[in-house]
Amino acid sequence: MREVAVIGVGMTKFGELWNTNLRSLFVEAALKALKDAGVDRLDSMYVGCMTSGLFAHQEHLGALMADYLGQKHLPAYRIESACASGGLAFRLGFIEVASGMSDIVLVGGVEKMHTGADVTDALSTASDSEYEAFLGITFPGLYAMIANAYMHKYRIPYKEFREKLAHVAVKNHEHGSKNPNAQFRMKITVDTVLNSTLVADPLRLMDCSPVTDGAACVVLAPVEIAKKLGKPVVKVIGSGAATSAIALAQRDDIAWLDVVEAAAKRAYDMDKITPKDIDLVELHDCFTIAEVCVLEALGFYEPGGAINAAYNGDTYIGGKLPVNTSGGLKAKGHPVGATGVAQIVEIVEQLRGNAGERQVKGAKRGLAQNMGGSGASSVVHILEVE
Amino acid sequence: MKVGIVGYGAYIPRYRIKAEEIAKQWGDDPEAIKNGLDLYEKSVPGMDEDTITISYMAAKYALQRAGIDPKEIGALYIGSESHPYAVKPSGTVVAEALGITPDVHVADFEFACKAGSEAMFVAYSHVKAGNMKYAMGIGADTSQGAPGDALEYSAAAGGAAFIFGTENIVAEVEYTYSFTTDTPDFWRREHEFYPQHAGRFTGEPAYFKHVLSCARELMKMAGATPQDFAYAVFHMPNGKFPVRAGSILGFKKEQLLTGLVVPWMGNTYSGSSPTGLTAILDEAKPGDRILMVSFGSGAGSDGFIFRVTDRILEVRDKAPKTWEQIKSDKRMYLDYGLYAKFRGKIILRPEL
Amino acid sequence: MLTPRVYTEIPQRYRLEANKCKACGKVFFPPRLVCTCGSQDFEPYRLPTRGKIVTYTVVRTPGFVFKLQKPIVLAIVELEDGTRIMAQVTDLPPVVEDYSEIIKIGAEVELVFRKIFSEQEAGIHVYGYKCRLI
Repeated sequence: MREVAVIGVGMTKFGELWNTNLRSLFVEAALKALKDAGVDRLDSMYVGCMTSGLFAHQEHLGALMADYLGQKHLPAYRIESACASGGLAFRLGFIEVASGMSDIVLVGGVEKMHTGADVTDALSTASDSEYEAFLGITFPGLYAMIANAYMHKYRIPYKEFREKLAHVAVKNHEHGSKNPNAQFRMKITVDTVLNSTLVADPLRLMDCSPVTDGAACVVLAPVEIAKKLGKPVVKVIGSGAATSAIALAQRDDIAWLDVVEAAAKRAYDMDKITPKDIDLVELHDCFTIAEVCVLEALGFYEPGGAINAAYNGDTYIGGKLPVNTSGGLKAKGHPVGATGVAQIVEIVEQLRGNAGERQVKGAKRGLAQNMGGSGASSVVHILEVE
Repeated sequence: MKVGIVGYGAYIPRYRIKAEEIAKQWGDDPEAIKNGLDLYEKSVPGMDEDTITISYMAAKYALQRAGIDPKEIGALYIGSESHPYAVKPSGTVVAEALGITPDVHVADFEFACKAGSEAMFVAYSHVKAGNMKYAMGIGADTSQGAPGDALEYSAAAGGAAFIFGTENIVAEVEYTYSFTTDTPDFWRREHEFYPQHAGRFTGEPAYFKHVLSCARELMKMAGATPQDFAYAVFHMPNGKFPVRAGSILGFKKEQLLTGLVVPWMGNTYSGSSPTGLTAILDEAKPGDRILMVSFGSGAGSDGFIFRVTDRILEVRDKAPKTWEQIKSDKRMYLDYGLYAKFRGKIILRPEL
Repeated sequence: MLTPRVYTEIPQRYRLEANKCKACGKVFFPPRLVCTCGSQDFEPYRLPTRGKIVTYTVVRTPGFVFKLQKPIVLAIVELEDGTRIMAQVTDLPPVVEDYSEIIKIGAEVELVFRKIFSEQEAGIHVYGYKCRLI
């Protein structure tokens, strides 16, 4: 397997994009990435998207996007793993280049959610449709169950738990305020979170990532081509994926994301990396509790320890371990299929030194973690700048 | 061949609304209701309960008491005036859920409040004719009264199930008799949400004519007088009618009290006298004789005379008892707004 | 039209039919064709109907078919034999200030047969299991 680098990145603004449709979103992001890469040809492309079928009544995205990108006869694939569609698409693009099968591969993720479709219903398809969604549970509900299990397992008093969770959202909005592409640019306070309406006890509106339209794309190439392009070479040094029980009731420990632990181990082991070697993390904070549980499963905190991370200031830009400098899913937005790729875009910009106000000084190695459902699939990538 | 009840069960939902609450809503005098009709509170089905789920629970309790393999039941009949579908049986869902299918005959019955005793009558007849080893008859309802109508005070939810057989009988069926005429005292046209009734006509020419005629003929068949019975239970549209009927026939109030469930749970229509019967079976002694006469508008009465056996003592504790459910400490009271929401009275099209 | 999809799950929703791996004893609900231990040898198994709450939440923004009943409470219940399932908690007071006062982790529940939802005003009624506090 040869070494692979990310040579171009691009993304649309994330938000309620009433004037842009599904195909335009993707193409806009793809053109930005291709321009950034400076390449004149593509060998294949991957499109990560959770459910354009339910949202926009459109499947067959590989063909659609290749067509609208003006790439006649290009091999193109639609990748789906619920909210991990983008990250998984990136992994498969990486494998195609690493294997030597292709040289220049475009990987993109897109989700057009503001289409008039029933969002709660569409997203519920990421859970166990017959034995979870069917009974009335929603996505916030699943993570709320995880939150209650976590609070109970580590015997954290409710008020303290609620406050510490709120700090995760506050931090992500602080970061998002520095991201011109973020859906939400406003800063919030702990009170904003604690006074927002209950969505699924104990989670409130401000614990939940929003409904977002957006697309993000990257271009992959072997390192020997990347070296000729005159930009910092950002290599993919670790990639890992895993799946776990789809139904929350069938996980070994409701408060532990075993799927993230398994995916991360494979990514770390690829280049013998440990959590200590990571300078910044883009992780899947679909809900505030997810950031807490993911940090533990990635090995950055002991079980029960990550609840204090944002509260203690560790995970702010400038802190011990900056997490979600982009604003995370909470402030940047969560166009489901695009998220995994947008995480890569942020890591690459940070490693190149292009992150402006959000820059983590001296960032050399970044980790991106993308997750599907309530912890049924996860993909972890580690990137390093030469 | 002796045929009788081998298992019985009743199920009453946990929600209630008090007569005072309904009276407050419509500007009625609650004391007049309570004293005039002997109705204090009634059961309200949860938003996820209906005749099917109530029948299932009553039947499950009946099976627990009977101690038989559900697959041995040859017929399952549910009588109700609030079947969840206009076309598609309630009985098939319950039979499937209890594991009785596929070797079973299922039919849904309707005859206003008599549909439950009717289901019992047919189930009993199958066993008596030697067609099958066991048959089950269920009476269950989630009946509705129109907002502001007197029926709102009594229309309630609940049901009772009886398994008939020839072995291990808990209460033998000694005699049955049905008295039927065409008397349109209370009805509901297709596509109408609430029933209509003919006011005071529902008393003497309807309820009393049929209940009294049926009871008299039944006692004549048995060569019995009211003194020969430990208990009697009549259909209970309110707390007054059955007591008056009993008095006219010569029964003492003490013989009626155990089965008189209506003041505390309301009138569960097809489940009314059947539920009263289960309350009696929860308490009766071996050898006791019980008279049960139902009434269904339209009109008719089904009557049964039961004789309790020794075996009642072995089975009665195997499932929740009726008065325990009626007076359960888990009851939850609703105000009128919540009651209207639960019963779909303000929102007839829930998808809006 | 839900009928075909609902039909295949009737043995599970109506009768709690699960299966148990003959090699390692693990119980699966819904039943599986292959166990996590690799064996494909199963025997039929019925879930017990009593258990305790392991975690729960109060869903304030449920999907369309549950809108009138909101908020709805869902829990993961660990049944007497250790098997875990998700179920709605029914028979709760209609107006609750603080759900954490009436629902505790570890509370005992029994499974009951209830209507899960109706397919709008003209479709089918879908029945299945829920739980209620004992």
